[in-house]
Amino acid sequence: MCTVCGCSEGEVTIENPVKNTAHSHDHDHHHSHSHHHDHGHSHGHHHNHDAEHAFSPSEAATGDLHYGKGPAHAHAPGLSQARMVQIEQDILGKNDRYAHVNRERFARQNLLALNLVSSPGSGKTTLLTETIKLLDSNNVAVIEGDQQTTNDADRIRETGAKAIQVNTGKGCHLDAHMVGHALDHLGNLEGGILFIENVGNLVCPAAFDLGEAHKVAILSVTEGEDKPLKYPDMFYASDLMILNKIDLLPYLDFDVAACIEYARRVNPNIEIIECSAKSKEGMAAWLNWLESKRTSAIQSRIDALKAQVNALESLL
Amino acid sequence: MHEMSVAEGVIQVLEEQAKTQVFTKVKTLWLEIGPLAMIESESLRFCFDAVCKSTLAEGARLEIIETEGQGWCLGCNQTVTIKERFDACSNCGSYQIQVTGGDELRIKELEVE
Repeated sequence: MCTVCGCSEGEVTIENPVKNTAHSHDHDHHHSHSHHHDHGHSHGHHHNHDAEHAFSPSEAATGDLHYGKGPAHAHAPGLSQARMVQIEQDILGKNDRYAHVNRERFARQNLLALNLVSSPGSGKTTLLTETIKLLDSNNVAVIEGDQQTTNDADRIRETGAKAIQVNTGKGCHLDAHMVGHALDHLGNLEGGILFIENVGNLVCPAAFDLGEAHKVAILSVTEGEDKPLKYPDMFYASDLMILNKIDLLPYLDFDVAACIEYARRVNPNIEIIECSAKSKEGMAAWLNWLESKRTSAIQSRIDALKAQVNALESLL
Repeated sequence: MHEMSVAEGVIQVLEEQAKTQVFTKVKTLWLEIGPLAMIESESLRFCFDAVCKSTLAEGARLEIIETEGQGWCLGCNQTVTIKERFDACSNCGSYQIQVTGGDELRIKELEVE
């Protein structure tokens, strides 16, 4: 049973792009899954290590075993009375371990992964279709998160880019485990950009790391300028805010300067791009941002590899 | 809304710990939750009661330790207490605050048998 993505309840579905029909998650669970579980477990093991020391013997770097580091500082076989256990474990740690695995997979493929978050109807999918038309569609893939329907993935596929729909059923956010599954279906995306369009929700997706390089919050000007104050966690978690649908500004009372000020109150470092996917105003700035993040990710990987080569050469 | 996922995450951690630390029942658990952790304590209590049925934590007492939100104010170069991410510095009124603490969401301690 996979308890992270809730598929024990049979609600999460990930499209099968070959058959182009949604299949039950439970169904193909055993094949693609085992790999992830191995990852999760091995990481989990490391993570739990300190905690394990409390009752099993602690193992020093030298290989010495110590049975006296448990909570009672003694080893008492058969002890069954109530006892206290210090664990200090993050509750979202399991998601974070899957996110870590995703991040490593992205790095191996030199892939820039972005997590697009917003309320429903902010124009995420239109922004994506228009962006893909301006980029090389062979170099872009999209994971679409929605509670139901494959409508958004269908719209992306019409542009020629690869897309996988993840339906979360009753779930209110994507988690790192679902994204790992979806990645299995996308094939090699060397050096490209992966957009993960999260479930439209300004609350829960802020708490779940998917392994992305950046969260990008999309706020449309029809929503009201005080959204960053009303949903601060999301704007705090994001590195970029796209103020979308600015072609509608003449018809609205939206105060752009106030909106930007509110966003920076919550997150002093947030970058902001004003744009309209419809009129194309500001799209160049968005494409520049994407290219600069893509190249800087590759550059930092080159630097890391060079450092590794230098370290190895010094051993000759 | 994701308090339910978090409550399920708590049960998962308990089940993993039960194997490694050899216990079969959780009597009390202490959770540390910061004001910036995006979790409503009361909602989490409600969800926890619902998900712990028929698990090793059924009937367990949930103790919530609420921590303080902290940030480094770039305006006056000191650590200040905050309740929300958009709070102004109580000292200089600046909004240039980098959050440094208060987003904890972790299981701290268990009473088990």
